Amino acid sequence: MSGGDGRVTGQRTWVGASVPRKEDPRLLTGRGRFVDDLRQAGALSAAFVRSPLAAAQINAVDLSGVRSVDGVLAAFSAADLGLSGLTALLERAEFTPTTMPILAADRVRYAGEPVAIVVADDPYAAEDGIEQAIVDYSPGRLVTSIGDALAADAPSVHDELRANTFLAVNPFSDDVDEVFAAAECVVRTSLSSQRQNALPLEPRGCLAEWVDRDDQLVVHISSQVPHQVRTALARCLGLRERQVRVIVPDVGGGFGLKCVVGREEIAVAAAALRLRRPVKWIEDRREGLFASFLGREQRHQVRAAFDGDGRILALDADIRCDVGAYSVFPFTSGVEPLMAAAELPGVYQVPRYRARACAIATNKAPTAPYRGVSRPQIVLVMERLMERAARELGLDALVVRRRNLIDTFPYIGVNGITYDPGSYRESLDRCEQRLREEGWFELRDGAADRVIGIGFACFNERTGYGTEAFAQRKMSVVPGYDISEVRMDPGGGVTVTTGTSAHGQGHETTLAQIAADQLGLRPDAVKVRQGDTDQVSYGWGTFASRSAAIGGGAVRLASGKLATRIRVIAAHLLDTDEDNIDLDDGWCRRRDDPDGAVPIAEVAEVAYLRAHRLPKDLDPGLSAQATFDVLTSGTFSNATHGVVAELDPRTGQTRLLRYLVVEDCGVVINPKIVDGQVRGGVAQGIAGALYEQIGYDADGQPTAGSLIDYLVPTAAEIPEIDIEHLETPCAFTETGAKGMGEGGTIGAPAAVLNAVNDALRDTGVELDAVPITPEHVLRALECSR
Amino acid sequence: MKDQHLINVTVNGAEHEVLVESRRTLADVLRHDLGYTGTHLGCEHGICGACTILVDGTPARACLMFGVQADGAEVRTVEGLADGDRLSDLQEAFSRRHGLQCGFCTPGFLMLAEAYLAENPAADKEEIRDVVSSNLCRCTGYQGIVEAITDVAAARREAS
Ligand code: FES
Ligand code: FES
Repeated sequence: MSGGDGRVTGQRTWVGASVPRKEDPRLLTGRGRFVDDLRQAGALSAAFVRSPLAAAQINAVDLSGVRSVDGVLAAFSAADLGLSGLTALLERAEFTPTTMPILAADRVRYAGEPVAIVVADDPYAAEDGIEQAIVDYSPGRLVTSIGDALAADAPSVHDELRANTFLAVNPFSDDVDEVFAAAECVVRTSLSSQRQNALPLEPRGCLAEWVDRDDQLVVHISSQVPHQVRTALARCLGLRERQVRVIVPDVGGGFGLKCVVGREEIAVAAAALRLRRPVKWIEDRREGLFASFLGREQRHQVRAAFDGDGRILALDADIRCDVGAYSVFPFTSGVEPLMAAAELPGVYQVPRYRARACAIATNKAPTAPYRGVSRPQIVLVMERLMERAARELGLDALVVRRRNLIDTFPYIGVNGITYDPGSYRESLDRCEQRLREEGWFELRDGAADRVIGIGFACFNERTGYGTEAFAQRKMSVVPGYDISEVRMDPGGGVTVTTGTSAHGQGHETTLAQIAADQLGLRPDAVKVRQGDTDQVSYGWGTFASRSAAIGGGAVRLASGKLATRIRVIAAHLLDTDEDNIDLDDGWCRRRDDPDGAVPIAEVAEVAYLRAHRLPKDLDPGLSAQATFDVLTSGTFSNATHGVVAELDPRTGQTRLLRYLVVEDCGVVINPKIVDGQVRGGVAQGIAGALYEQIGYDADGQPTAGSLIDYLVPTAAEIPEIDIEHLETPCAFTETGAKGMGEGGTIGAPAAVLNAVNDALRDTGVELDAVPITPEHVLRALECSR
Repeated sequence: MKDQHLINVTVNGAEHEVLVESRRTLADVLRHDLGYTGTHLGCEHGICGACTILVDGTPARACLMFGVQADGAEVRTVEGLADGDRLSDLQEAFSRRHGLQCGFCTPGFLMLAEAYLAENPAADKEEIRDVVSSNLCRCTGYQGIVEAITDVAAARREAS
């Protein structure tokens, strides 16, 4: 039966079943509640006056005209609000802290930076208001690229930065020069990736209100990290943490952009406090494109030494990330460079390694982590190096990969990271085998009149970063663990809390599946509560693919504890031992006697409403709490992507004919949800490989101001994505699951770039930058004529 | 002085009389004046399709129409698709095929598909892929959406 409960006859557990999502009915009927759907009596609307210039001194801000606009209630400049700003810290000498003011005060550092907030009866009036703002700027010199920023006479983005550098690290300083001098083959790549916008379809937004009765500021916000927003709000506004309640309703995508704290949301909250009225701000798409958090702009200069058999001997990397004008809270501008340097070797055995990495400030919008963070780039680098070494040595690129893949586990890398068991070899073998069987290699080699290439990318995806792994980054705010509470009510219904906070990943379903297995209930008996700082314990939200691996672990442990309590009570009621009780499909059954059983609901009733029937030493009530953390370097999902691309010699268009993912994320909790994550991820990876780009002109103005210029691929560009799962259960997590939210995005750019380069193999041209535009392809194809 | 107009609009069969400023978009009238918040705004410049509704049976971008233009019109929004708690065949198929993740784009795709299938009951997968390329989804990679609509086309063909 389709659309049924997902439990196949004879199947013992809910984990592993494609249970239909609990989220779906409300989202399909228009009954989801996103921030802008919330209505609050008397709510006002906010809009921001934004700088038209990328670098300027602010001489004066005159909001008198704004305040006289019909419908405008108030307008605040930085001076009016007098807030201190957000400072994100890395506790390491190589990092220079800077502050992101809530509103720009004396200077602006990127086009679109907020200078004032206008509050009005409705959004139309607020926008009328911002048009009347008069800001007197003195334009200054600016830097819009890594090269500009590092030039000797470059103007500085922040006075406190030396050489416009937020962070410069040499985490691996092995002296590899001798290895390079003696190596049979040395290959280089100078790889660049463009700025991208994660572009969740729902823009950012919040609704803030002071509630006297609770002595609390209540902020509804579209965010991935409710507790971190609470901490930031409390710090910036001078409130105690308990005086701030952050509630995350339905969220229309985040992809990392909503895992940092925005200055706009703090300004809105400050305005609500001042006015003692609810204030709502909904970002519009134009603001979202040019003034919201971006990511991905990196340049890698890497050389690799190989022996004559194609074995890699050493790697030497110089990594530069253009992180824009500010360091974001709480992750800082160090995320991209630190991640890239630590994880560059990827799935390959690299014996010697040297890396330098830095975060460079420019007059562009600040960057946030974006799905995959730096891994799309490092996979591009490693996969290009493998291809290039193969070409140089006259070997098959897949043979070179196989000679280098990590194949004994757990493997401790030259970077100090412990890699847990995965299926690195198997995934490549399987991916190649399937494309061969399907005849793609013959098509490529035989098609004289078509330009076709096949590309592969082998990679792993570090996920489930626990407290230890994050602590190594030396952030002053260290995420990692997760806490879950499980409560059963007197009717036998269960509420599970999680510190993770979904934005499309289906946690309400998967976490319920995990709890249901422990408690012998069906997932519909389990309500998952997330995203409300008054209702869930301090948690870290959802990013870095931590939710199933870490959040799921906490849910499993807490439900397991509650199950034990239930068994103790049931044993008492059935006059036996708790070890003799099984929880199964709503019943507590004696293992030794098919007739001895009591419904779980009855146990719940006893626990609350007939507490006199409880065992003597047991407190009333039914709840349990547990914490879970990953105590190692994290967990590593892995995959191989295989893609067949055809280039159109007339238009330069790249069309993807076949896309295959062979992936391993350990125990799969809900196959349908995992497949959906992979497909969506691949689509974003293809977007980065072929289409999306936020460029800047010499004045620091972004070149994409609408979705007409920012090319989000549609159903016409994204091919069907075929997925095959391998399953190496994770030893470091409670559920056996590894995170998998980002892999699709990580692997796709390299696979597509390799396919395009394979198609260009007769031209002598190799492309080393994404996005691969039709222009690049045409120019390359011309070389062969 | 605000430039306001009294309009009559029928939404999912219910008649509404509402006073709107002439510059107010139909999306805002539906969402904020009338409470049909199922219609979502992802760009407000006509590209993403999240705001797609049916105006007199034809798909339209609610962000590109003014409320006053809907005077006298018959509008259908996502709230009108299910029969009480019973999901329509399209809605069910979206869930079964995992054609939604965050669900923000979903109302737009559903309304688009609803109108398209009404006119083209014999649509095949390639045509459907082509038609839904007018809307953006950032989460699913589109496959589940295309499969869901294709399933419904096939089932409706079978039933007729
Ligand atoms: S909101 Fe109307 S098309 Fe995007
Ligand atoms: S499901 Fe999130 S945008 Fe489509």
